[in-house]
Amino acid sequence: MTRSLIPLAVISFLLLQASGSAEAAETITRFEARAAQSGELVIASVTDLDFMRPLIAAFQELNPGISVTYIEDTSNSLDASVSSACADRGFFADLVISSSIAQQVRLVNGGCAREIGSPVVSNLPDWARWRGELIGLTYEPAVMVYNKAAFSENGPPRSRFDLIDLMRQSGDLNGRIATYDIEESGVGYLFAFQDSAEASTWGRLIEGFGRNSVATFCCSSEVIDRVADGRAYIGYNVLGSYAQSRADKDPRIGVVLPTDYTLVLARAGYIPREARNAVAARLFLELALSPRGRTILDGETHLLTPLSGPAALAGSGGEEEPAFRPIPLTPALLVSLDRAKRAQFLSQWRKSVTPPTP
Amino acid sequence: MTSLTARLATGPGRSIAWRLTLLLTLLLTIAAAGTVVAALSYGQTAATRAFDRLLTGAALQIAERISVVEGETVIDIPLSAFGLLSLASEDRIFYRIIGPEGQTLTGDETFPLPEVSARNDGPLLYDTAFSGEAVRAISMQRFLAERAVRGPITVIVAQTLRARSELASEIVARAVIGVVVAGGVTLALALLAMHLALSPLRRIERAILARDPKDLTPFSTTTPREVEALVAAINRFMARLDRRVGAMQDFVADAAHQMRTPITALRAQTELAMEEDDPHKLKTLQRRIRDRAIGVSRLTDQLLSHALVTHRADSATLEQIDLRRVAVEAEREARRTGGAEGIELDLPADPVMVEGDAFSLREAARNLVTNALAHGKRPVRLRVSVTGDGRALIAAHDQGDGMSAAQLDRIGERFARDASNPQSAGLGLAIVAEVAGFHQGSIRTATMPGEGFEVGIELPLAEALPTGNPGEDAA
Repeated sequence: MTRSLIPLAVISFLLLQASGSAEAAETITRFEARAAQSGELVIASVTDLDFMRPLIAAFQELNPGISVTYIEDTSNSLDASVSSACADRGFFADLVISSSIAQQVRLVNGGCAREIGSPVVSNLPDWARWRGELIGLTYEPAVMVYNKAAFSENGPPRSRFDLIDLMRQSGDLNGRIATYDIEESGVGYLFAFQDSAEASTWGRLIEGFGRNSVATFCCSSEVIDRVADGRAYIGYNVLGSYAQSRADKDPRIGVVLPTDYTLVLARAGYIPREARNAVAARLFLELALSPRGRTILDGETHLLTPLSGPAALAGSGGEEEPAFRPIPLTPALLVSLDRAKRAQFLSQWRKSVTPPTP
Repeated sequence: MTSLTARLATGPGRSIAWRLTLLLTLLLTIAAAGTVVAALSYGQTAATRAFDRLLTGAALQIAERISVVEGETVIDIPLSAFGLLSLASEDRIFYRIIGPEGQTLTGDETFPLPEVSARNDGPLLYDTAFSGEAVRAISMQRFLAERAVRGPITVIVAQTLRARSELASEIVARAVIGVVVAGGVTLALALLAMHLALSPLRRIERAILARDPKDLTPFSTTTPREVEALVAAINRFMARLDRRVGAMQDFVADAAHQMRTPITALRAQTELAMEEDDPHKLKTLQRRIRDRAIGVSRLTDQLLSHALVTHRADSATLEQIDLRRVAVEAEREARRTGGAEGIELDLPADPVMVEGDAFSLREAARNLVTNALAHGKRPVRLRVSVTGDGRALIAAHDQGDGMSAAQLDRIGERFARDASNPQSAGLGLAIVAEVAGFHQGSIRTATMPGEGFEVGIELPLAEALPTGNPGEDAA
């Protein structure tokens, strides 16, 4: 008897954030306790709520006395809020989950986290945990999405080399390539930075992007929207979880795991030092990595987990098996956040991507 | 500690094995504790050194990638630098890069600087705290000498200490395991060695326990040098015991035999006397009974004297005595027991010192006199002198013919009595011989035709002793 999940009160509102030039949207959703309330769990995350709903429902089923408050925000805005709370030693959330793992590493490196203290931590592979404070919860490949109609004849590019060749050989893709705005999106920047570190294809790739007037967007969903309706033919470095769950429903789009290498991102979660309900936060993390949690994450959200991901993705790349490169949760990610490094990287990106003004 | 000392002193049986075990354990524990302390310090140093190299490497890599492009300082932090630091996989990393004017170019602006500013001639490693944790930091300078930018760029890289302390504790843990194992093995081997080394003692113990109570022969067990003295002492003790037991058995046998005959005779004569009516014959019998009684009395006296002398031969402590005094006392004794009229003393003017037992020598001298009175011809002279070859002599001289050759052969034997003389017990010269024996002396006889017969003991003279107060000698 599964009761459909209807939050007793859903409070959604938009906040215009004064800091920074970017408009930030912070959405707060509250799931009341199912029984007499004995505690509250505040989760701050950049993950779309729809993706997290099943997990929250399972959590409340097991812990009916705990209400869950879910704060959803963009990665940079969330990072700003959490950082300032950490600096002021104030409370912001009991659990912070973000796909912007470099920022998560920086927060943990800055001493904002506390030891999770759960056996699930040691079950994770080395790359998906750091200091026992930060753990990877998902296993999301960076994929290319394509408009099936546009590639009906020759098939989509299977690797970055295919994409580069395609961009060089024809003008067909001009204005039809969509990707993250890496200045805006933490995940986009992270993927781009890892691409640059991973292989020499990066230079040629952004050169091609520039020549073909790449269009950039804040979020995966916008990129996928464009590809679906044909305004773009191909979306580069889109989060696999979003892409796959859209592709399940939308026959117009297809998903490619690049065969040269496929970056894999594990959304990382940590319990802040100032958490009020660290016990509930730990229970939530344990649930996410439990067999039940894995079933949920492996389900229609396609978030997968570091434990189940490699097996779930095996064989999905067609005839040629992609080389999965999980991005390890280590302080090496801090380099990408270094002010000087970031400024250089972005300036190189801009120079290549933005068409020179005539 | 007090309990340990107490247990050492009073532990089970106060056994050597117990003491050795305790002491060995104590020593090994102290040694192990020392090693662990050393390992602690070594572990810290080794871990610090190993990870300081990582820090230095990372700082060098960063410093190398600082350049000036179009008049701007460009800091391109290499991924490999952080990859290097990530080898300490669980540690937080901090960095700060400061320009020539002291402005922070990138990194954590609040990261503390070393107390002494790093000089050009090398990197400076220092300990500090940041973001609530102790960290190890390196400060390194790179000099830029470009047209636009001139001066030192300071690179600070820091790392928390988790990996260091893990490595240190691992080193220490291994050292501790090693020390504990080695200590245990050493102790076990030491105990085994001790067991083997002490086994002769147990062998002796078993030999003593297994012995027949009547068996007083010396131990023939081979013994280690350390307990040779002990075994020798036991053997000496047993030999003395053996002699004592033997002497006692001999005495009892002799006494029984010697006493029985004259007492039987005495009883027979007494019975004869009771039935005798003739006063003349009765008188004769009475005289015989009296002679017999004197004989028994002398025999008893001599038996006891012999027993005493034999006993003293084993137990008396020797002392410096003057033979003249012995002679005087023996003469007085003989006179007191009667029948000693006509004894002369012939003494030299100077003391004749010997080492010996006064009682035994006196008994010997008395027996010499008694013997001469009994068997020789008066007057009897007790003479003390120093012989030509430097030995002391105490001898009894009488005017008789002395002994026959056969008697001289048997001199010193017990009960070599003169069958014709009922008063002779035949023990006198046996006592003398015994005394001479345990004084390293000998019996000396001299038959001087026409001038009588002399028998005595010749003894070694005592070592010349310092006369007077020893304190004067020292002064």
